[in-house]
Amino acid sequence: MPEKQDEHIVIVGAGTAGCTAAGQLAREGYRISLIEKESKPGGKVNNWYQLFPDRRKSEEVLKYLLGEIDNPLINISLNTDIDSIIKEKKKFLVTTTHGELLPADAILLATGFDLFNPERKEEYGYGIYDDVITSVELEDKFHSGAILTSKGVPPKRVGIVHCVGSRDEKVGNFHCSKVCCVTAVKQAIEIREMLPGTEVFCFYMDMRMFGPYYEELYREAQEKWGVNFIRGKVSEASENIEGRLLIKVEDTLAGRPLKMQVDLLVLMIGIENSLSGKRIAEDLDLKIGINGFFSVLDNHYGNNLSNMEGVFFAGTCTAAMNITDTISHARAAVVEIDSYLKSQKKEVEV
Amino acid sequence: MKQEGKKRIWKEFQKEIPDDHFFFVRSCIRQSFFPGSEQFLIKLLREELGKDIYEDPRHTTCTGIGYHSDVVPFETIQTVVARHFALATERGYKDILISCVTSFGIYEEIVETWKHFPETLEKTREYLYKATKREFEVPRTILHTSDAVYKFKDEIASRMKYPLIDHRTGEPLKAVEHIGCHYSKMFPKYGVGGAEFPHTLVGMIESWGGEVIDYPERRHCCGFGFRQYLIQADRGYSMSNSKKKFESMEPYKPEFVLANCPGCTMFMDKWQYTIKEQEGKTYGVNGQGIPVLTYEELAGLVMGYDPWDLGVQYHMVQSEPLMDKMGIPYDKDKKYIAKDGSKLEAPKNLINA
Repeated sequence: MPEKQDEHIVIVGAGTAGCTAAGQLAREGYRISLIEKESKPGGKVNNWYQLFPDRRKSEEVLKYLLGEIDNPLINISLNTDIDSIIKEKKKFLVTTTHGELLPADAILLATGFDLFNPERKEEYGYGIYDDVITSVELEDKFHSGAILTSKGVPPKRVGIVHCVGSRDEKVGNFHCSKVCCVTAVKQAIEIREMLPGTEVFCFYMDMRMFGPYYEELYREAQEKWGVNFIRGKVSEASENIEGRLLIKVEDTLAGRPLKMQVDLLVLMIGIENSLSGKRIAEDLDLKIGINGFFSVLDNHYGNNLSNMEGVFFAGTCTAAMNITDTISHARAAVVEIDSYLKSQKKEVEV
Repeated sequence: MKQEGKKRIWKEFQKEIPDDHFFFVRSCIRQSFFPGSEQFLIKLLREELGKDIYEDPRHTTCTGIGYHSDVVPFETIQTVVARHFALATERGYKDILISCVTSFGIYEEIVETWKHFPETLEKTREYLYKATKREFEVPRTILHTSDAVYKFKDEIASRMKYPLIDHRTGEPLKAVEHIGCHYSKMFPKYGVGGAEFPHTLVGMIESWGGEVIDYPERRHCCGFGFRQYLIQADRGYSMSNSKKKFESMEPYKPEFVLANCPGCTMFMDKWQYTIKEQEGKTYGVNGQGIPVLTYEELAGLVMGYDPWDLGVQYHMVQSEPLMDKMGIPYDKDKKYIAKDGSKLEAPKNLINA
């Protein structure tokens, strides 16, 4: 009867889901190869300054994730991508871009998401107008301790555009990216904290405050921090002769068009299935849902399972989710993998 | 503002523009209000560049204005357009060159409808055959005449005598480019450079030495929008759109506006006259108006053609201040002399005259 250590699981992606699952599977006694295309583990959490809803430093969660993978049974390969995955009977053979050959009993795809490229929403002029930035670039400014415009001065007015690349038929994304609304609320508060004299306007379609304490944060943003929330989509941004941004919005509650000058326009970019994830899907003939993410076997009780036996999913490669839900999803994947490998063992014994 | 960002977008929207053999269809507005432009287009392609451009006298209006004002049903306009395609098919042409942006938008809309709903193509074939016994092939490319001038912009530049440079200062002339809404806003893939930062006219202006202004209301409609002017009582709405654009571009001191849509060229020109009459306001430098030119007029001017042969005098806002800056010579006395030598009546209340 083989020991668990004889069984090898390849996990693709060392972000929140990958690290969580790797840690737990290693504690169960499995041998793990953790493949990460970036130069460090932690995934997109590395981008963030503080996390919603409690504004804890992202370093704390990163520390937790790194602690999870600090296990001799986990072998992490950084700056490495998947070249191919071949399934033969019940076993997999994974080839990395560095030419490593990794036989595996199960594969966990924790490939995460790619951020929406805002250049595709040409009307906002990202990459053209100097002071149109993304939510991730704003986090960089928080990290640096100063929020400055391209002219090197603090902005007097900031506009935050929700749903950039989400719920948008024009770019082919019908799905809600879920985390952008609360990110916008968090970032609006952070701006007001750092620059109390700066006005902040959030332009939204709906405020989707789905998680615990999100609604409370939204209320705090309005009551304590005076953030202005305007229901309406920004139709276009342009630059005036002074280099200030001019935005056009329809205020759908007031029922009238609105034109406003802002010094900084922050785009709440949505999330899409990662390119590397899509490539693996093609390679293994895994189903992709209409939202572009991996299609799970069952939306209610099989959302870690793929259409291929032995291939599992964890985290945002299946749908948009926050860190809390990603960790829960990864832990659930561990249970599914463990149960699958045990059932395989039983088959061998029989 | 980062030009590299615009260039990245332009790369995304590159259009296949054939090099030769065009089946040309005219614009109702252009041949009525500034016929010199279409005449020069044919001359430019046929004589200057040696291209084959064919015009069929049996071509009719596309009925686009009727369609956009709910007078002509979609089935009817599809059949009219199918007849144009049949004329091209009969003559062996695969690439259709459309002078009007309204027609261009209609041709795009119809071809896309046929792609997505093939049954509508079959119905149209049936209607056309029943009515005329004609059959047709869907053209290989749908081209606007500004696409063709864009394609040959560098060849035009190589023949240039008067670049878009103030010959007294050596500074590039500042230009506003205005793309018709139906050129690429409905189907960005059909326009060179897409819808938000189209490159068609920018490419011409830059290739001929000028500098393009990016002003806040650049993307705004000129006000032509069919329903806004077909009913006289609504025309104030049309004019207010043009006014919004002029106010937005005024601080940048543009020397001229270059448009690719017949309606935009006409309305941005003529509303300047109306605004001046109503409010005494003009938007150019020194109390002048801003000339609004077609791309053929501009090509002809930089190439050294006689401005009066190009027909620039048939706009409300006259182009002499621009031509003076470019160093283009012109004879004021010949401005309204017809081809047979007779003197035409000069229009009244022109701007910059």
